[in-house]
Amino acid sequence: MTDIARQVPAAAQAPPPRPTGAIGWLRANLFNSVFNAVLTVAALALIGLAVPPLIRWALIDAIWSAPNGQACHGGGACWAFIGAKFRFILFGRYPIEEQWRPAAVIIVFIAMIAAACVRRLWGRRLAAIWFVGLSAVFLLMAGGLPGLPRVETALWSGLPLTLILAVIGMLLGFPLGVLLALGRRSQLPAVRAICIGYIELVRGVPLITVLFMASLMLPLFLPSGVTIDKLLRAQIAFILFAAAYLAEVVRGGLQAIPKGQVEAADALGLSYLQRTRLIVLPQALALVIPPLVNTFISMFKDTSLVIIVSLFDLLGATEFALTDSNWQGFSVEADVFIAMIYWSFCFFMSRYSQLLEREFNRDRRR
Amino acid sequence: MSDVGSAAGATAAPVIELQGVHKWYGEFHVLRDINLQVRKGEKVVVCGPSGSGKSTMIRCINRLEEHQRGRIVVAGIELTSDLKNIEAIRREVGMVFQQFNLFPHLTVLQNLTLAPIWVRKLPKKEAEETARYYLERVRIPDQADKYPGQLSGGQQQRVAIARSLCMKPEIMLFDEPTSALDPEMIKEVLDVMTGLAEEGMTMVCVTHEMGFARTVADMMVFMDRGEIIERAPPRDFFSNPQSDRTRTFLSQILAH
Repeated sequence: MTDIARQVPAAAQAPPPRPTGAIGWLRANLFNSVFNAVLTVAALALIGLAVPPLIRWALIDAIWSAPNGQACHGGGACWAFIGAKFRFILFGRYPIEEQWRPAAVIIVFIAMIAAACVRRLWGRRLAAIWFVGLSAVFLLMAGGLPGLPRVETALWSGLPLTLILAVIGMLLGFPLGVLLALGRRSQLPAVRAICIGYIELVRGVPLITVLFMASLMLPLFLPSGVTIDKLLRAQIAFILFAAAYLAEVVRGGLQAIPKGQVEAADALGLSYLQRTRLIVLPQALALVIPPLVNTFISMFKDTSLVIIVSLFDLLGATEFALTDSNWQGFSVEADVFIAMIYWSFCFFMSRYSQLLEREFNRDRRR
Repeated sequence: MSDVGSAAGATAAPVIELQGVHKWYGEFHVLRDINLQVRKGEKVVVCGPSGSGKSTMIRCINRLEEHQRGRIVVAGIELTSDLKNIEAIRREVGMVFQQFNLFPHLTVLQNLTLAPIWVRKLPKKEAEETARYYLERVRIPDQADKYPGQLSGGQQQRVAIARSLCMKPEIMLFDEPTSALDPEMIKEVLDVMTGLAEEGMTMVCVTHEMGFARTVADMMVFMDRGEIIERAPPRDFFSNPQSDRTRTFLSQILAH
């Protein structure tokens, strides 16, 4: 041992080798301890037991076409039921000769969603696309123009109804939720009290009761002759509900912003609105993307509760299709089919949230 | 006690004036009868033990803290609860914080142009030219498109100084600007501040950097327990402190 200072910098060395190849991967990930090896074997056994029967039911023994329900009962799934009923499941009670319109609405929605994935379009252009898209949706669904007969909202059903309730609910519920969250942190006691009261009240009651009250009790209070469209009432209930939940998610983000950010903005002379819009909200919302999307996903599925006020969304239309006496006993097939539809939209939202996180958390990546 | 101004600024009218300012946090009396005048071009360094109210005092000057009694006049505008006055004063007073407080979601250039564009209503192009000029001045012209998180502490603090300068303030407040920095980065920030002082900026600095204070300050202010104990030009302040508390404080920070 000597006390000589090092005159030449140490040369950089390559890191020690990591296990490679399939065997190396297996050893590192699945068999790296006795307990994990046992778990791996048990999981493989479970998959071996469960998957073959599932494949047999869903594919090998499945019946793909049949004239009616009686001819469709075998050992496997009856996909013929979906074939016979998919129009009803997707479009519900919408007049059959006009069903190209809800079909077009679904396409418009998918196009709007696709546009939202294009980074280049974000901002005014995307807002314009969505404005045009939503106008087209309502024009197509409601009609009332030459060549487009009017279809009353009570007949809107199936997937378009689900999409309308969910998308409008999110689109209007979100800004309202942001306002409520800001209001709850306001310096003004009256504003704060109103926001807290609203959030706690709405969060504390089941959505079903709100939908019920909106559609059964509200008419009792309105003067006779005045009616509010049933779909509109459900939609409003939805927006108000979504806002209360989203407000608390947004508040979580607001609380995570260090006080120094607000002080720096104040010291530069920014007004409350500028500070909120340019400094606080962009950071707060970027932080809460995962719980926001979580709420959106659960809202999307909650749209099925409108069946309680006899609106037939995707799930409602499916339940209705199952009551056909010619096609009895195919609820598993029907549920698998619509579960796949729900799943694809929810999975999309989940992927989209990852895109948003990448985009808005750039500053936090190294 | 008379206010001793610098030789250069003695005739100019005060741009910051605190008269009998008091402040409480709940029951705790943080500021007690603060009287302070800062003239145009004057550099005031405020020091004192932690908890003495130095930060609170300079944060009152741009209303990050509210005083409860007394009068504060900045750049000819009296600080009242009138939002218009507060915003007008904040436009003229730049502030640099201990924790930098850069906006992490914006690039360096966006940090610098934000307030000029939204508060001064400058066209974007002009704001960017100004921003690049000041980035040059704080010697980091090549970091404009990085995010604050990608910079070192010293670089971040220099960006924060540039961000304030982009508003072309009359007065700069520094609240312990080097206290959160690694030792090897303190000098680069102090150099920028010294340069600024040499150009005649009116500055109020809360700092423990006594070397900086000696070279730059026109007046030293020593605070303890919410009061201004002593004020004097740096030569007298360091060589011949009048109060025991000042002497104790100086011996503690200069001893090591």
